[in-house]
Amino acid sequence: MNFLNAITLIGNYLFIPGLTYGCQLALGALGVTLIYAILRYSNFAHGETMAFGTMVTIFATWGLQKLGVSLGPLPTALIAMPVGILMTVVLCLVSDRVVYRYHRKQRSDPVIFLIASIGVMFLYNGLIRFVIGPDDQIFTDGERFIITAREFKTLTGLKEGLAFKTTQGITIVVTAVIVAALFWFLNKTRTGKSMRAYSDNEDLALLSGINPDRVVMVAWILTAALATIAGTLYGLDKSFKPFTYLQILLPIFAAAIVGGIGSPVGAIAGGFVIAFSEVAVTFAYRKFVSYLAPESWQPDGLLQLLSTDYKFAVSFSILVIVLLVRPTGIFRGRSI
Amino acid sequence: MSFLTGNNMTGGYGAADILHDCTIGVEKGEIAVVVGPNGAGKSTAMKALFGMLDLRQGEVLIGGENITSLTPQDRVTRGMGFVPQTSNVFTTMSVEENLEMGAFIRQDDIRGTMNQVYDLFPILKEKRRQPAGELSGGQRQQVAVGRALMTQPEVLMLDEPTAGVSPIVMDELFDRIIEIARTGIAVLMVEQNAKQALQIADKGYVLVQGANRYTDTGAALLANPDVRKAFLGG
Repeated sequence: MNFLNAITLIGNYLFIPGLTYGCQLALGALGVTLIYAILRYSNFAHGETMAFGTMVTIFATWGLQKLGVSLGPLPTALIAMPVGILMTVVLCLVSDRVVYRYHRKQRSDPVIFLIASIGVMFLYNGLIRFVIGPDDQIFTDGERFIITAREFKTLTGLKEGLAFKTTQGITIVVTAVIVAALFWFLNKTRTGKSMRAYSDNEDLALLSGINPDRVVMVAWILTAALATIAGTLYGLDKSFKPFTYLQILLPIFAAAIVGGIGSPVGAIAGGFVIAFSEVAVTFAYRKFVSYLAPESWQPDGLLQLLSTDYKFAVSFSILVIVLLVRPTGIFRGRSI
Repeated sequence: MSFLTGNNMTGGYGAADILHDCTIGVEKGEIAVVVGPNGAGKSTAMKALFGMLDLRQGEVLIGGENITSLTPQDRVTRGMGFVPQTSNVFTTMSVEENLEMGAFIRQDDIRGTMNQVYDLFPILKEKRRQPAGELSGGQRQQVAVGRALMTQPEVLMLDEPTAGVSPIVMDELFDRIIEIARTGIAVLMVEQNAKQALQIADKGYVLVQGANRYTDTGAALLANPDVRKAFLGG
């Protein structure tokens, strides 16, 4: 029984939050990695792109709520998301037309692209704060839990409860669907294959008659969609605060690089590696040990390796180690 | 006037010219080989024919039509296929995907052409699901040639197809190239292995410092004592 309690405890505080956070990071890292694979630079504006998509989704959600539209137990934001995606696609394509296309024509260095993207980041940043403000926005509605801790306890008779939030369930399901669709697109369709070819060998892709403008446009559309979905899922699960989207850029980059930047599989693996490390290192193991160890061994401290304030340090430690030991990342992306 | 001709080509990458009044041509169903010492401008001449180099003077004609101002991509649609010397396959993609990408500009059914490529290079059919980056050097060259054949070109241009492969693989590749020429395609290639290449050449061009030095049939060049002494190692 103690063993089951211990497992439940880990599931509740470590596995489910880690899995959810991992999905959100993976979706974010996929967007970063796509831009890196096609346009060959690190897009620092990605966090703000996520925030922008989420912001539009929030406005659409409010609009739908005013009209009395709802999805019952599911959050209304799910049907508002296409509006967010559409607006974000427009934003990305306009930014590409105004900023990045010039540098493509100039064949600028990746570092110039990167700095331009920081400028774009600040622009989005201001735009978002101007429109929706810097405050917290909670836009979740519908059923809060798939199963609450109390329901779980009465169901199983265990001392520990396992809560599973609707937003967590949605995050996992939506991520699985999106990732499957993305991989199908990249591996099975003509356009998807042409994107992989362009990423693999640009000159040969041009010789084969692949149109670079089209590849770049599709890359932006996919990135905008991924960013909006990732941002909305994150906002549903936590809450929407523009500043957190600036912060989340850091673990997202860590995830993309750890997995191997430019590799979609790597982005997903990296997302989970970073998420689980952050959660596992900042988790207090005292209760977990108390279930398993005899009473006389009860620890006095919290058995927490690092305070949660340091969670960003975890992703960066992993990032530094990976860059030192295996600069191309787990799945052999490009070296930076 | 050959099917594909570069007439009196003069030009280079920057201010200095690499090619000086250089003329190269190839007839349908024939193999033309460009040889010469290092730095003679062999690859540059080929790039000039394919539009990867701005010409100051001269013209490129295909079937009598002037294509001097076309981009490389447009020349592909005019029936030219080009196999670069390096980075000539998509390493992370499977052999079959490489061939599919070769046929990207085609809207019709490509399976027939793909089967022709597999007939020409049976090993590729066996390895069609493997990433091209995992193949041996000789097999990669086969993928590269196969990729270029997927557009059903009238002219196939090869930049040192046997660079870095063993002599046995080289003979094998040359046999395949002869087969390709027999189907009516004009084959133009630049080669380091001058002797072996001239043996299969209908026409040979010896370039020195970006200019034509000797132009004759492959056999005649091999028999020419001056050419033998200066370029073929006796």
